[in-house]
Amino acid sequence: MIPELGLFSLVLAGSLSLFAAVIGLSGTRNVLLQRSVVSMTMGQFALALLSFSALVWSFATDDFSVAYVANNSNSLMPWYYKVSATWGGHEGSFLLWILIMSGWMLTLTLRGHQYPTSFFTKVLGIMALLNLGFICFSLFTSNPFIRLIPMTPLDGADLNPLLQDFGLIVHPPLLYMGYVGLAVPFAFAVAGLLEGQVDSAWARWSRTWTNMAWAFLTAGITLGSWWAYYELGWGGWWFWDPVENASFMPWLAATALVHSLSVTEKRGTFKSWTLLLAITGFSFSLLGAFIVRSGVLTSVHSFAVDPERGMYILIFLALVVGGSLTLYALRAGQNSRQVAYNFLSREFFMLINNLILIVSLAVVLWGTMAPIGYEAITGGRISIGTPFFNKFFVPLGLLLAIALAILPLLNWKRTKVEALRPAAISLLIAAVFAVFIWFVLDPTSVVVASAVGLGAWVVLSHSVDLFKRLRKGTTLPMAYIGMTLAHLGFSVCIIGIAITATQSEESDVRMAPQDSVMLAKQRVTFLGVVDAQGPNYSAQQGVFLVEPESAGSYELRAEKRRYFAGNNVMTEAGIQAGLLADTYVSLGEPLTDGAWAIRLHYKPLVRWVWLGALLMALGGFVAIFDRRYSSLRVRQSKTTAKAQTKVHGESQGETQRATTPVPAQT
Amino acid sequence: MNPKRKQRLYITVFLLVVCAGVTGLLILVSGENMNMFYPPADVVAGKIPEDQKVRAGGMVLEGSVKRSDSSLAVDFQLTDHQGAIFAVAYSGILPDLFREGQGILVEGKMDAQGVFQAEEVLAKHDENYMPPELLDMDMQAQPQSYKAAPSIDPRAAKGNSL
Repeated sequence: MIPELGLFSLVLAGSLSLFAAVIGLSGTRNVLLQRSVVSMTMGQFALALLSFSALVWSFATDDFSVAYVANNSNSLMPWYYKVSATWGGHEGSFLLWILIMSGWMLTLTLRGHQYPTSFFTKVLGIMALLNLGFICFSLFTSNPFIRLIPMTPLDGADLNPLLQDFGLIVHPPLLYMGYVGLAVPFAFAVAGLLEGQVDSAWARWSRTWTNMAWAFLTAGITLGSWWAYYELGWGGWWFWDPVENASFMPWLAATALVHSLSVTEKRGTFKSWTLLLAITGFSFSLLGAFIVRSGVLTSVHSFAVDPERGMYILIFLALVVGGSLTLYALRAGQNSRQVAYNFLSREFFMLINNLILIVSLAVVLWGTMAPIGYEAITGGRISIGTPFFNKFFVPLGLLLAIALAILPLLNWKRTKVEALRPAAISLLIAAVFAVFIWFVLDPTSVVVASAVGLGAWVVLSHSVDLFKRLRKGTTLPMAYIGMTLAHLGFSVCIIGIAITATQSEESDVRMAPQDSVMLAKQRVTFLGVVDAQGPNYSAQQGVFLVEPESAGSYELRAEKRRYFAGNNVMTEAGIQAGLLADTYVSLGEPLTDGAWAIRLHYKPLVRWVWLGALLMALGGFVAIFDRRYSSLRVRQSKTTAKAQTKVHGESQGETQRATTPVPAQT
Repeated sequence: MNPKRKQRLYITVFLLVVCAGVTGLLILVSGENMNMFYPPADVVAGKIPEDQKVRAGGMVLEGSVKRSDSSLAVDFQLTDHQGAIFAVAYSGILPDLFREGQGILVEGKMDAQGVFQAEEVLAKHDENYMPPELLDMDMQAQPQSYKAAPSIDPRAAKGNSL
C-alpha cells in the first residue's frame, strides 16, 4: 500500500509540474494564476517528499516485495544503511534527485518576493518543466516502486558493500544539491532571456543561487574524494574516472560562472558569456547524468542493448541544450554592451580565469568522451589515463594560481602599474623565498616548488589586501570574506595536491606476523590477524603497531570483510589521520605461512586537499550572506546599469514591472 | 578600421588561436597517453607492439595462479576460453575480486619472451562485473546479456581501477 502511495504521489507531482510549467511559461499577467504557480511549486515539493518518504519507509520496513528494495537492501543491514540505501541505486537516487529539485524550487518561492513577479513566474515555470522531465524519466524508465508479487524474495540481495558506509549517507545528497542546484542559474538565464532582462540586478539575483549550488557541488565532490580515499583501499583520492569527471565538468563550468557573474553584477559586462556559462553548467550536469546512468561507460554496446534510459536522457539533454541555445542565439546579442577595460584590470584577469577554467573543462570533456567516441567509431577500445590529465592540469592549475594571486591587487576597469608594483614585488620575493625553502627540502621537483610558491603567493597577496582593508576600518562585506576564504582554500588545496602527489611513500610488502618495515621514519610492525564480526559481515582484522621516531606509538587496524548476503569481499583501510600526514595500512590477500600482502602508505598533507576544497565550499556559503543580496528589493532596469534606481516596497516594484515592458537595450 | 572593430578582431583571432592550440594539444597528448586494448586472441597473435604500454584482458585461467613464496610476485594466465591463452607476470597486491575464472584487465608491456609484464591489475568491486573490454567476448560465451548496473555513486561504478 505504502509503495503505491509513493507512486501515486509521484504521478501527482508530475501533473502539478506540468500545470506549473504551462502556466508559468504562458507569460500570464493574471495575479491569481501567477500565485497558483507558487502554490503548485509548494504542492510539488510536498508530493515529492511524500513519494520519497514512501520509498524510505519501504527500505526501513524491509519490504522486499518492492523490486528496488529487494535489489539494494538486506534485512541484516543496520537501520541507517537501510535508509541511505534508498539512494544506493539508480531508481532511488533519481527519486532523491527529484526531491532535491523540488526542494530548490521550494527555496526559490521563499525568496520570490524579491524578484519581479513575471520574471519569477517564468523561473518557476522553467524549473517545473525540467522537473517534469525528471519525473517522467523516473516514471517511464526507472520506477522505484515496481513490485515483485507474487515472486517476493525472502531477503534482499544486499547493498554493494562499498556503499555501506557513512559516505553514502552524505555524499550523494550533497552532490545532487550541487548538480540540481545548477538548474537555478540555468532557469534564471533562460527567464532573463525571455524577459529581456539581463543586467546587474539580474546577475545579483542569480549569484546567490549560483554560489549556493557551487558550494554544495564543491562539498559533494570533496566528500566523494575523501570517501574513495578511505573506502577503496587504494590510497588514491582522485582517479580521473569518468564518473568523477562527470561531476568535475559541471564544477568547472560553475566556477567560471561564479566569477563571470561577479563581473556582470559589478560592471554590467560579460553578459552573453555569463548566460552561456549558466546554460553550459546545467547542460554538463545533465551530460554527467547521461554518462553515469546510460551504461555508455560500460560499453557503447551495453548502451545499445538497453538504450531506454540513455536515449531518454540524451533526448532530454538535446532539448534542453538545443532550446536554450536557440533562445540564446536569438536574444543574447540584444543585451550586449561595450565596456572598456584595460589589460591590467580585474575584468581582464577574470577573463583569463574563465579561459583557463574553460580549457580545463575541454580537457576533461575530451579525456572522458574520447574513449567512448573511439569505440563508437572504430569498435576498438582505448583508455586515457592519469598522465593525460596531469599533463594539462599541472600547468593549468599553476596558471590559475598566478592569475589568482594578482587578482586582489587589481581594480576594475584599469590599474596603474605603479600601484601594482610594490605589492607584486614583495609578493614575488615571498614566493621566491617559499620556493627556496622548498628547494632545500626537495631539490628534484620544480613543479612542486612552484606550486608551493604560488600557493604561498596567493595567501600573501590576499592577506595584504585583507590588512589594507582592515586598516581602513571598513567592515568587510560577507562576499569579500567568502571570496578570500575560497581563494585561500584553493591555495591550501594545490599545496596539498603538490606535496601529497610527489612526497608520498608507498610500498606493497609481504609481511608475516611480527615482521617490521620502515615507512617514512616510522616502524610498522604486523602483529597478526584476528577475527571480527560485524552486523552483516565477518572480517579478518590485521593489527599493526606503528612507532614513530618521536611521539608515542599507536595501533592501526585494517579489515578484510566478507559480507554474508552477496559474499562480497571488501577492504577497509586502517588510517591514522593527521593534519600533516596520514599513515594508511590496508590488507591485500593472505599468502602462505600466515603472511599477508600488505599495502602501506605515508601521505603527507593529503588532508589539505579536502580541507582546501571545503574552505572553498565554506567561502561559497559565506558569500551568500552578503547584505547586498538579503536587503535586496526589486530593481528596475533602465537602458544603462548606472541609471538603475532602487524601488522600495515590493508591491510598487511589482506593478511597475508588470505594466512597463523592458525597454529594448541599445 | 575603427578601434572597436580592431579590438573585436584581435579578440576573435586570439580565441581562434587558443581553440586551435588546445585542440591540437588535446589530440597530441591523448595520442601519447592512450592505451590500446588487446583481447587474448590479438595478444597471442603477437599484435602488441614491443615496448608500448597497452591494456589486455581475459578470464583468469583456473589453476594458473602461482604466488611466489618469498615476495609479492605472482604469475597467472588469461584466456578467452576459445583457445587463446597468454601468461602474465605481476608483482604486488591483487584486487579483492581477483579470482580464478574472473574477467580482469592488465595494464603493462609485452616482454621479449612473450610474457605480459603487468604494472596494474584491474578488477571491480561487484561480482556481476565484467570489464567493459571483455564484454563483447563474454556475450558470445554466455547468451544472457549483461545489464549495466547504473549507480549514482562514483565508487560503486569504479572499483579500484586506475
